[in-house]
Amino acid sequence: MRAAVRLAIGVGVLLAIFALGLGVEAAFTEYVQRIILLAGINVILAVGLNLINGTTGQFSIGHAGFMAVGAYGTAFVGVQLAGPVHGVLGPGVLADAVIFSLALLAGALFAGISGLIVGMPSLRLRGDYLAVVTLGFGEIIRILFNNAKFLGSATGYFGDDPSGLPAYTNFFWVFAWVAAIVAAIHNLTFSQTGRSLTAIREDEIAAEAMATPTTRLKVTAFAISAAAAGIAGGLFAHMQAGVRPEDFRFEKSIDMIVMIIVGGLGSISGAILGGIFVAVSLELMRDLQQYRLVLYALLLIVIMIVRPQGLLGTRELHHLLRRKKAAQPATPTESA
Amino acid sequence: MTQFLQQLINGLSLGSIYALIALGYTMVYGILKLINFAHGEVFMVGAYTGLYAAGALGVAGFEASNRSFPLYLAVLVLIIAMAAAALLGVTIEFLAYRPVRSAPRLTPLITAIGVSLFLQNAGMLLFSPNPQRYPAILSEVRFELFGVIVTNIKLTIFVVALALMLGLHLFVQRTWTGRAMRALSFNIDAAKLMGIDTNRVIRSTFAIGSALAAAGGILFGLDQITINPLMGVLTGLKAFVAAVLGGIGSIPGAVVGGLLIGLAEQLTAGYLSPEYRDAITFLILILILLLKPEGLLGVVRVEKV
Amino acid sequence: MRILRRTLISGLCATLLASAVGCKKTSEASGTGNATDASEIVIGHYASMTGSTAHFGQDTDRGARMAIEEANAAGGVLGKKLKLVTLDDRGDSAEAANAVSRLIDVEKVSAVLGEVASSLSLAGGRVAQRRKIPMISPTSTNPKVTEVGDYIFRVCFIDPFQGKVMATFARNNLKFDKVAILKDVKNDYSIGLADAFQKAFTAAGGTIVVEQSYAQGDTDFSAQVTAIRGTPAQAVFVPGYYSEVGTIARTADRLGLKVPLLGGDGWDSPDLFKIGGDAINGSYFSDHFAPDVATQKSQAFVANFTKKYGQAPTGLGALGYEAALVLMDAIKRAGKAEPSAIRDAIATTKDFEGVTGKITIDAQRNPEKSAVVLKIEGGKAKFETSIAP
Repeated sequence: MRAAVRLAIGVGVLLAIFALGLGVEAAFTEYVQRIILLAGINVILAVGLNLINGTTGQFSIGHAGFMAVGAYGTAFVGVQLAGPVHGVLGPGVLADAVIFSLALLAGALFAGISGLIVGMPSLRLRGDYLAVVTLGFGEIIRILFNNAKFLGSATGYFGDDPSGLPAYTNFFWVFAWVAAIVAAIHNLTFSQTGRSLTAIREDEIAAEAMATPTTRLKVTAFAISAAAAGIAGGLFAHMQAGVRPEDFRFEKSIDMIVMIIVGGLGSISGAILGGIFVAVSLELMRDLQQYRLVLYALLLIVIMIVRPQGLLGTRELHHLLRRKKAAQPATPTESA
Repeated sequence: MTQFLQQLINGLSLGSIYALIALGYTMVYGILKLINFAHGEVFMVGAYTGLYAAGALGVAGFEASNRSFPLYLAVLVLIIAMAAAALLGVTIEFLAYRPVRSAPRLTPLITAIGVSLFLQNAGMLLFSPNPQRYPAILSEVRFELFGVIVTNIKLTIFVVALALMLGLHLFVQRTWTGRAMRALSFNIDAAKLMGIDTNRVIRSTFAIGSALAAAGGILFGLDQITINPLMGVLTGLKAFVAAVLGGIGSIPGAVVGGLLIGLAEQLTAGYLSPEYRDAITFLILILILLLKPEGLLGVVRVEKV
Repeated sequence: MRILRRTLISGLCATLLASAVGCKKTSEASGTGNATDASEIVIGHYASMTGSTAHFGQDTDRGARMAIEEANAAGGVLGKKLKLVTLDDRGDSAEAANAVSRLIDVEKVSAVLGEVASSLSLAGGRVAQRRKIPMISPTSTNPKVTEVGDYIFRVCFIDPFQGKVMATFARNNLKFDKVAILKDVKNDYSIGLADAFQKAFTAAGGTIVVEQSYAQGDTDFSAQVTAIRGTPAQAVFVPGYYSEVGTIARTADRLGLKVPLLGGDGWDSPDLFKIGGDAINGSYFSDHFAPDVATQKSQAFVANFTKKYGQAPTGLGALGYEAALVLMDAIKRAGKAEPSAIRDAIATTKDFEGVTGKITIDAQRNPEKSAVVLKIEGGKAKFETSIAP
């Protein structure tokens, strides 16, 4: 598609999201709005994690660390920028938009860089070892934040204002980023690079034999997924009063894994469904609160035993629809 | 100097417990190539079984009247806990791991994480999330040697851990099942072709590993004074790192790894800062996997295409 | 086979969802209606009922629940029954904000109690302040909590005061000039209290010989105790929670560190004596009330709590009870269950007789309360002295 058409579609989508956001804010209570926003943030986390865990088949279980880096990074940069930007543009929506965009990009950058740092040594390992190492790094990142006095250590980072971090996050921001990230990762996954990633997942040694730069691609995918987690973290931070290390424990990484497993490891639409499922089910299961975590664990086990490919496996929703149409004309089988 | 010796003793006793747990990890991984994430929780259940068994055998009465719990009852508590843990381990294997044994590596990994989470949270529901004091199955006696304080509990930990490890070594080297376990860890398909009942051997592996973890759990409770349902999470992970450090699949490796991790943790906590005691374990994991992935005592395995 | 599997899974998912939604529907049905003209007054409580700090949330909830039930048994407030809705925040700040937002939007509460942890109170407090629903925290001691806005109150003392209490006691009463600190770095209560103690102690001429730390949930303190043993510290200030303090005392005893321990209200729990045993004797801590010089009201509270729940109340249970009492008193004085009226009434609480003495809420929405220092002897806490602000 030509660049101009793409741009027009992009702007159109953003406007649609903005309009939808106004509608949602008018129609629903704050409580429901929060759930919707959290679902959106989950989608970003899931789609990002799916790139490395699902498409590339490298199992990382410490992504909460990158979310933390993004959250702290965005919050910190946002607070530092607030003064100068307000000085130039005055208070108001435009200044906030500028601050938030810059802060989010900074958060994504920090998260991406930490993804590189973690990924480069770790991605030489395979399977179970990689999982444990990423878990370790996730914990190390959290311990580092827990000890960082200038970021509030255990109490958390609340910015300068007594009422906490500015509440920049709203429907538009979350879902604009959802659209952008889903589009970007979708394009990546169905491109040549994406096919190489899938090749790595299917058989890494064969891929290497076909001259695929496996380590470079793995690390790149890892950094991209870390950056996505960072953006989710930044959006998350500005829905809260502050950012605490305790919010990014191993349980958060597990939540992310449940999202992509339920939807289907390797499917972007699956990741979207999984992200929404986790946000919504946590709230729906609130009355079973005592048993919530036990049921989650059981769900994980049962899915693995009964239907390990989750809802969609590695297929996408739109592929399923396409297949139904293609099944109509009978194609004669070709001899090999 | 005394501070160093004290930290050393503490580190070695902690390390012995890690070694006991690491043995379970290393044996299961050697055969199934699976990280049994739930092993830490088996350790926790073993500790709690010991607590309740001691309670049922009347330890509170002994404590109140300041008499020491009879040794034969203490041994009974140990046996009950080890048996219960063995049963739990075998059940987990049967219900959760066997159905996915032939699945791609990711599936059993996630299943294991699921079982671990399940047991943690079930533990919090059943055993109450509050830390509980461990009953005095062994009454504490303190000695001082060269300014270093050693308790009889620490000595017991060394003795029991050593005895169990020796027992395991003899079992693996001298008995038929032990030989079968070694065969399975070399090549599970060949073992099947040789007529070995792999399911039975795997069951035994889980049972033995779990029993050792339970022993570790009781010793841990005696040494650390309190237990709580989440005690297996970090301890289990550290024991796994110990197994990797020593060489996963190698039993002497698990012992060496456990002691080293215990020492590293204690010395870091004492001389650097207690906040980094957990981080150092992960750092060691990362370093060993990058520099010598087969572990200190492990054998390099070439991956054939 | 695939069809069978698929039906099994869909069946499982459907039942899970149905049970979840079903439960949700019943709770929603009972909580409908605008709070101010319903036949009952709805109060919300958000706490960590699951997760690693579950025992704190559960303790506090027990206290609050007992207060509400006693009030209902005596006819309610303003002629209406009170309903306490407790939501679990799993110890997570996003959940805390969600919980408060749900209490306001779905359960339609007139006021909120919570949270135990200061950082969670900050998370939930912001939502409460924005929606103008009064919030009383039973135990958050970080000064920032009430700075969030004029709808946020608390019924416990704040860290700066409590730290000064023990520092003054250590310096003036025990005449110590060298103290070590062993704080819990995963716990903002502990960090705040340690900082306050250090400031006050050094200002009074003492020195902190060493500062060691641990993390909530740790069970092994031999490294820290060994390190402190090598210093000339005359006492160790351990501003942590009872769950670790008991073990620390035993470890200190075991490793030959024979100095007294000093602490704050986080020590207050019967588990402290269960775990600490003989090792905790000879130590001191600051608290809200002394069980042996208790008023009639607090004696009754302890007796009823023990009868109802089968265990003696911890400090958290007492403060949960007290927060609920203060709230109900404010509703009574406001004359209606309307959030802004309740807020104004809470702000003017004066000499209210709670279980921990008289409470007056000051201009910063914190209570003016004396603290007592208790000494532990023979497995019991005994009144030693009282220190006023």
